[in-house]
Amino acid sequence: MYDFDYASPRSVREAVSLLERRGDDARVLSGGTDLIVQLREGRRKAGLVVDIKEIPEVNDLSYGPRQGLRLGAAVPCYKIYGNETVQKLYPGLIDAVSLVGGIQIQGRATVGGNLCNASPAADTIPPLIVLGAACVIAGPQGTRTVPVEDFCIAPGRTVLQRGEFLLSLRIPPPLKNSGAFYLRFIPRNEMDIAVVGAGASVVLGKRRTVFVSARVALGAVAPTPLFVREAGDALAEKPVSDESIQQAAEIARAAARPISDMRGTADHRRHLVGVLTRRALEGAIRRAKES
Amino acid sequence: MSRVHVQARINGEETEFLCEPRQSLLEVLRDVLMLTGSKEGCNNGNCGACNVILDGRLVNSCLVLGVEAQGKDIQTIEGLATPDRLHPLQQQFLEHAALQCGICTPGFIVAAKALLDKNPHPTEPQVRHWLAGNLCRCTGYDKIVRAVLSAADAVRDGR
Repeated sequence: MYDFDYASPRSVREAVSLLERRGDDARVLSGGTDLIVQLREGRRKAGLVVDIKEIPEVNDLSYGPRQGLRLGAAVPCYKIYGNETVQKLYPGLIDAVSLVGGIQIQGRATVGGNLCNASPAADTIPPLIVLGAACVIAGPQGTRTVPVEDFCIAPGRTVLQRGEFLLSLRIPPPLKNSGAFYLRFIPRNEMDIAVVGAGASVVLGKRRTVFVSARVALGAVAPTPLFVREAGDALAEKPVSDESIQQAAEIARAAARPISDMRGTADHRRHLVGVLTRRALEGAIRRAKES
Repeated sequence: MSRVHVQARINGEETEFLCEPRQSLLEVLRDVLMLTGSKEGCNNGNCGACNVILDGRLVNSCLVLGVEAQGKDIQTIEGLATPDRLHPLQQQFLEHAALQCGICTPGFIVAAKALLDKNPHPTEPQVRHWLAGNLCRCTGYDKIVRAVLSAADAVRDGR
């Protein structure tokens, strides 16, 4: 690996000042499961690695009935799926954090890092989008908030500007009669990169027979994780039925812009989008009915 | 590049070392501290041969920087046996012939130790799921899984 300097700032202000001074020469380290591999293989370069884990705010994992979930950018997967509040209120997020890598990766890898790495196939991003999560970004001018669906702009690229880093994610408190679900297709049982991933969330009416609203997001079928707003919007005020679910799945299938690569052909991926969107919606509906 | 002074607790002993920021914990263990039990397999987080337990969590030491070890507690394969006795996992790996070339073995044993620390009586599917991050190209895994299940029994029976 090329030489680099290492800094472990203890405050947001200190981190921002380092990142502002060093610009593109600096890289933020949280769990390291992507960054260290990329530095070693020369896919990313850094003169300075800024380890943010000593900053208190990035380790926050707390819930309030009004503010919702505050998920610090450096909270590792195992802490999220080990948290009883998250298990109870955000099972759609648990779906994703418990299938990122194996146990060793989950001991270090973070949702914040998964987002900043900006892989089109990142497992945690579709569930964050359907849960309505927002990114809290710290920078020289203070903090700003960006919806997760607007955070990734190209493979490996995000909206983060010079001097900025992801501080935390905010996920709104779950509404009544709501549920979310994420699943992916991989050709083996564990430990693989998604061929296609699909997340869905639904809010049902009081009698749970009608959709109030829904959101659908896809992974690995576009240059960035894809929020398919029109698929969810098509379900509003529709009865909860196989037919309406199938319609939304068709809209998602049409919105996908997959490529062919070693993991699957574009045609296979498009087919999977239809199947997985339907299953994600069915899973979300099941959870909404159980809630 | 100037080296950084790091203090960590390794296998129960307070340890100090100097390392470059670019050195992984695995490189520090093997090349600086001469703890060569942890192996370098893939060096990118796929194979688990470099597994260590960092503050109670199983990690790939190739994906941790040595400088990140500051103030941490680290258990490596060298910390399992006592001078006169193998750890039950080591004993059961021998008795079940759960290794051939041996490169993956330290990682499997450390991973299994982390499992048994958390869940002393795992089921076979739990063992297989837990060890999904460790690759072995010799055994076909079955003997490894049997060895871990036997070691769990041995620990329970105080053997």
